[in-house]
Amino acid sequence: MPSPPARRDTARRSPTAAPRSFLWSRRIFLTLLSGFVLLPVYVMVSSSLKPLQDVSGAFRWMPSELTLRPYADIWKTVPLAKYFVNSLVVAGAATVCSVVVAVFAAYAVSRYRFRGKRLFTVSVLSTQMFPGILFLLPLFLMFVHIGNATGVALFGSRGGLILTYLTFSLPFSVWMLIGYLDSVPRELDEAALVDGCGPLRALFLVVVPAAAPGIVAVAVYAFMTAWGEVLFASVMTNDTTRTLAVGLQGYSTQNDVYWNQVMAASLVVSVPVVAGFLLLQRYLVTGLTAGAVK
Amino acid sequence: MTPVKTTTTPHAPTAVPAARTRAPGTARGPRRRPGLLRRTALPYVLLLPALALEVLVHLLPIVMGVLMSFKELTQFHLRDWGAAPWRGLGNFTAVLDPGAPAGEALLRSFLTTCLFTVASVGLCWLLGTAAAVFLQEAFRGRALLRALFLVPYALPVYAAVITWAFMFQRDDGLVNHVLHDQLGLTGSPPFWLLGDNSFWALLVVSVWKGWPFAFLVVMAGLQNVPRELYEAGALDGAGTWRQIRAITLPSLRPVNQVLVLVLFLWTFNDFNTPFVLFGKAAPEAADLVSVHIHQSSFATWNFGAGAAMSVLLLCFLLLVTGVYLFLTSRGRKAADA
Repeated sequence: MPSPPARRDTARRSPTAAPRSFLWSRRIFLTLLSGFVLLPVYVMVSSSLKPLQDVSGAFRWMPSELTLRPYADIWKTVPLAKYFVNSLVVAGAATVCSVVVAVFAAYAVSRYRFRGKRLFTVSVLSTQMFPGILFLLPLFLMFVHIGNATGVALFGSRGGLILTYLTFSLPFSVWMLIGYLDSVPRELDEAALVDGCGPLRALFLVVVPAAAPGIVAVAVYAFMTAWGEVLFASVMTNDTTRTLAVGLQGYSTQNDVYWNQVMAASLVVSVPVVAGFLLLQRYLVTGLTAGAVK
Repeated sequence: MTPVKTTTTPHAPTAVPAARTRAPGTARGPRRRPGLLRRTALPYVLLLPALALEVLVHLLPIVMGVLMSFKELTQFHLRDWGAAPWRGLGNFTAVLDPGAPAGEALLRSFLTTCLFTVASVGLCWLLGTAAAVFLQEAFRGRALLRALFLVPYALPVYAAVITWAFMFQRDDGLVNHVLHDQLGLTGSPPFWLLGDNSFWALLVVSVWKGWPFAFLVVMAGLQNVPRELYEAGALDGAGTWRQIRAITLPSLRPVNQVLVLVLFLWTFNDFNTPFVLFGKAAPEAADLVSVHIHQSSFATWNFGAGAAMSVLLLCFLLLVTGVYLFLTSRGRKAADA
């Protein structure tokens, strides 16, 4: 990977050269830390390429032979494709809804003065501290009741899970976006308003494009939140709507675990989010800088 | 936590002067702008979806949860929980009595969680800060390391934790292979996911998973430290270590205030990591409060007691957050003055 452009992020610290003790501490610390981070990644990748006998006995650092069999088998041992589609639908829909709702809310907070603004931001953010376990059961009962009363099936359906997940990422998304929209000059949308745009047109034609990196960061965050959630998925899904979070866990707690297949499956479900995250991490850092860390 | 910051400084640095001069006159009074009515209604319309969702999925269930904690709620009443008989404070006295089995188990689980949280947050903060400070200056391979360090954060929790569960297996895991077979440190291969060792297994996984968030936030915070400070420090003869101690770390104070709180709340409430690592029933040594409540609600179907424990947990978190914000904000004001 090319080293970053020297001008932008060079030496924010000392214009003087760093002493040897610093350089050596850095080398040792970063090497150890990289080892710690990489160890499970190595186990995941190498085990997913091993034949079954390599993973059902003492651990082996190197596979006795490389095989892609586990990657073919995972789709047959468990209905992984079904879980995958469920997760994709749920996380995708939750992300889109969450981002749209968060953009509206953040735009209101960033651009208008109104009564209850502070109350809104404080209360939305304080939902972050509620233990999920506190509203798991009431929410479950509520969904069942709504289902009985209106026939709208929320419990056990993807809809219910989408609704739940979208509110999980919402507080942090709103918070990050407020900061991001604040950094978009007001003159931009005021100019659009003067030119005869309505506020919504100004939002979509001027503010949203200018805040695109922040919005992308929020979308990545929302998707990751929904893709990785376990607790609510374990209670609110049934056999047809089961997501990867629950399906994979069941896979790894069977009596006879095919660890090579489990590792292959873990890798397959990680690739979309990790790739997306690493591609867009720059935006996430910028988004955090603008929003969270002021 | 965060709202204190975002609402008191709702504008980016460039926008602040303009906003300040406008603020006093227009706080309550009408604006000299066309379309007054639409303007006053519009922000509320924009907020409506977010508000409605928060009320539906967070606020209502929490109110219900509080009500449930005063009820005798077992599987017989689940169909119509409103009809369940009231129990007053009965659920609370039952789970708070350290002499009774339920109370004793909750107390132990609570203490375990406290210990676990302090250790995990401390280590996450330490690793994250150290890594961010070491990666502050450009060197070969910096971008690569930065991407690498974010991998644990990006991996779905269950995929990462399942991999750790495999590594901690007694007979076919990597950890025992290294400790027992290769280094010969133990007489017989220990169990990691059962018994007392499970606490350490959980801690390792939690730190592995959690420190990159601290790294990310501190890294973002470091970008706001003015370069002039370092130049001035260098002129005064401060070396690299001295600059880190006297400039970098103090500049991170406001970031740390939020970061530590968020890490604390997430770790204390963490359910996913122990649930995936141990399955439904965690070993006693790693029985975090969330898992404990989940397990005792669904194993005994006594949801009233579960709700009471959740409410107690919430009260505790509110209290800690309040005290923390009070103390740190006061400390900061004193430092600024």
